[in-house]
Amino acid sequence: MRRSMAALAAVTLLSLTACATDEPSASPSGSAPAAGSGTGDQSKFFVQADYDAELSLLTATPTGPADKPWEQVLNPKMVDTAKFKKKGPYKICFSNAALNNPWRQVGFKTMQAEVEAQKSRIKEFVHVDAEGKDQKQIADINDLLGKSCDALIVSPNTTATLTPAVEAACQAGLPVIVFDRGVNTKCPVTFINPIGGYGFGHVGAEFVSQKMKPGGKVLALRILPGVDVLETRWSAAKVAFDKAKVDVVGVEFTDGDPAKTKKIVDDYIQRYGTIDGIWMDAGAVAVAAVEAFQDAGKPVPPMNGEDQLDFLKIWKDKNLTAIAPTYPTYQWRTPIIAALRILDGEQVSSPWKLPQPTVTQDNLDRYLDPSMPPLHYAMCGCTDLPGYPQRWK
Amino acid sequence: MQTVQRRTLPLRLPRVRPGGVLPILAILAVLLVLVGIRQPDFLAPPSLMSFLGRSAPIILLAAGQYFVIVSGEFDLSVGSLVTAQVVVAARLIDSDPTRTWPVVLLLLVFGALVGLVNGLITTRLRVPSFITTLGMFLILVGAVYLWSDGAPKGGLSEEFRRFGRRAFEDVPLLGRVPYALLVLLVLAAVAVLLMRSDFGRTLVAVGDNPRTAELSGVRVWRTRTIAFILSGLAAAAAAILLGGYSGVSFQAGAGLEFGAITAVVLGGVALGGGRGSVVGAMLGALTLELLFALMNFYGVSGALRSTVQGAIILLAVAVSATRSSSR
Repeated sequence: MRRSMAALAAVTLLSLTACATDEPSASPSGSAPAAGSGTGDQSKFFVQADYDAELSLLTATPTGPADKPWEQVLNPKMVDTAKFKKKGPYKICFSNAALNNPWRQVGFKTMQAEVEAQKSRIKEFVHVDAEGKDQKQIADINDLLGKSCDALIVSPNTTATLTPAVEAACQAGLPVIVFDRGVNTKCPVTFINPIGGYGFGHVGAEFVSQKMKPGGKVLALRILPGVDVLETRWSAAKVAFDKAKVDVVGVEFTDGDPAKTKKIVDDYIQRYGTIDGIWMDAGAVAVAAVEAFQDAGKPVPPMNGEDQLDFLKIWKDKNLTAIAPTYPTYQWRTPIIAALRILDGEQVSSPWKLPQPTVTQDNLDRYLDPSMPPLHYAMCGCTDLPGYPQRWK
Repeated sequence: MQTVQRRTLPLRLPRVRPGGVLPILAILAVLLVLVGIRQPDFLAPPSLMSFLGRSAPIILLAAGQYFVIVSGEFDLSVGSLVTAQVVVAARLIDSDPTRTWPVVLLLLVFGALVGLVNGLITTRLRVPSFITTLGMFLILVGAVYLWSDGAPKGGLSEEFRRFGRRAFEDVPLLGRVPYALLVLLVLAAVAVLLMRSDFGRTLVAVGDNPRTAELSGVRVWRTRTIAFILSGLAAAAAAILLGGYSGVSFQAGAGLEFGAITAVVLGGVALGGGRGSVVGAMLGALTLELLFALMNFYGVSGALRSTVQGAIILLAVAVSATRSSSR
């Protein structure tokens, strides 16, 4: 009796363990190099021409109103949208990859506020959350096609898997606007995002390799594989680190989770005595990395974070050597603005490249607002929107 | 019953009592030597202290899981319970230090309540505890997702976080003594006293042979339900320490139930119940953490952790199955 029970227990436990580690993000990268072997192979997402273009955009001057970066465009390439011209008010539909991190939460609130600000022109705004699942998003987009939307906004969960669904939406004849993460097709009317991953990854990696001692040990922290904006961040950082001959001792996936991040950083501090630089592809877990050094009684090395307020605060309080390239949440306003312009038959830029400011020691105080919650993002571009600041608190 | 076993196996297991802590102490000693060879700094008091502090949550969870396993059941819900507690704490405290203590109290009540529900469903509705606690696992994961829209909100106060993060600094000889370690020592002492009390003996008897226990007047259902409540309370304590250690996280407790169960079987506690000590279970957790630290020092990928846990569970079940068939 006990024997069979124990055997049943073992089977149950093992199958559960398998489930628990089924998500791609939960396992360290299959291609991640073993400790000490450097930065590994270049990502299949790396495109030299895009990399060069993005790096040149870092210094380009945007067109458009300077006080509204979400309406600005870098190197505009206007496309005709006359065939989508339609009388309002409109029904705008949005297939969202997920709301599963504070960046997306802040962004989506900003988008909702933009819809509210434009309510005379938008009669209905339909939002469907794919909860981070490709299959659900494919079904969501398919459903939305039958719901007489006037325009469809898509923030894809992963690049390759969502491409056919976006192509199907284009073929249905309504204007499709992709933003945030990309797809492998040119069929949408426009693709809106800031300069992008290469710019983000490059700024952080340049800073870290310049500020640390030559040949020092860098730990690279990534969220998960297979998403273009994240892959390009790492691939640009890899180029910068290889060029600077930095010793990248580890490339680890954190799932964007602070507990996991703190454990990983702690493990590396113990394994190597100390780490001389931290690069990360997204700043949500930056504070956890800082705390790992503090709790181990080690100085916090040069690192990058993002414009999340908890990081900006600890940066100022502890006087860190840090930089915060951003992927501004104000980009969530732009698809709504673009949809309205397209439905008016106005030309829009495709791609629509938004500026991507960097928080540095010099402008830190301008972005640090202690009255907002720690998980808020400074670049929300939301201070003029209805419901500020309560909506974001 | 154990006397029978001792008589039948005098040569194979001389002086090592099944379920005793000697085997796990031996494994622990071997691992310590291996760590000492590879990374002597690790055995210096400050880093050893911080290791013990960091391991406190999983050791507490192993103790909680021990009560349930020794009574013949399982608790698969503790990991998700820890996550739920951390997310709830962050949202309710919302960075306001004055809310710390009420929320700590609430977390303990919440943990006990989840344990009570697990226990009553298992014992009164006769749902196997795998299913009960697996259901509870899914309920908690879903509820937390629904309540928070998939991303944590709010923040933990510094006062809350100090249990898991801060330490008494400048202690002679030891350097720093983490609060988490003190919390662990107190709760471990309580667990040992509990197992030496009448309740402890009853609990083991229930796990060893529920029918005999029932016939000799023990209320099996009540004893097992209390074991689940203790597991829930241990999860609450672990959540307070873990949330303190790493801050708000949506995956604070992911996979901890497997860690705890592995630790318990590694510590010589029989799956199926009735054999093993709470000290063994806690030493099992410490050994497991040390094993992971060693894997880290040798640069073994963290992905192998679940493989190692799976292998340990299989091995432990195989050993206990051979033992019970040789009775």
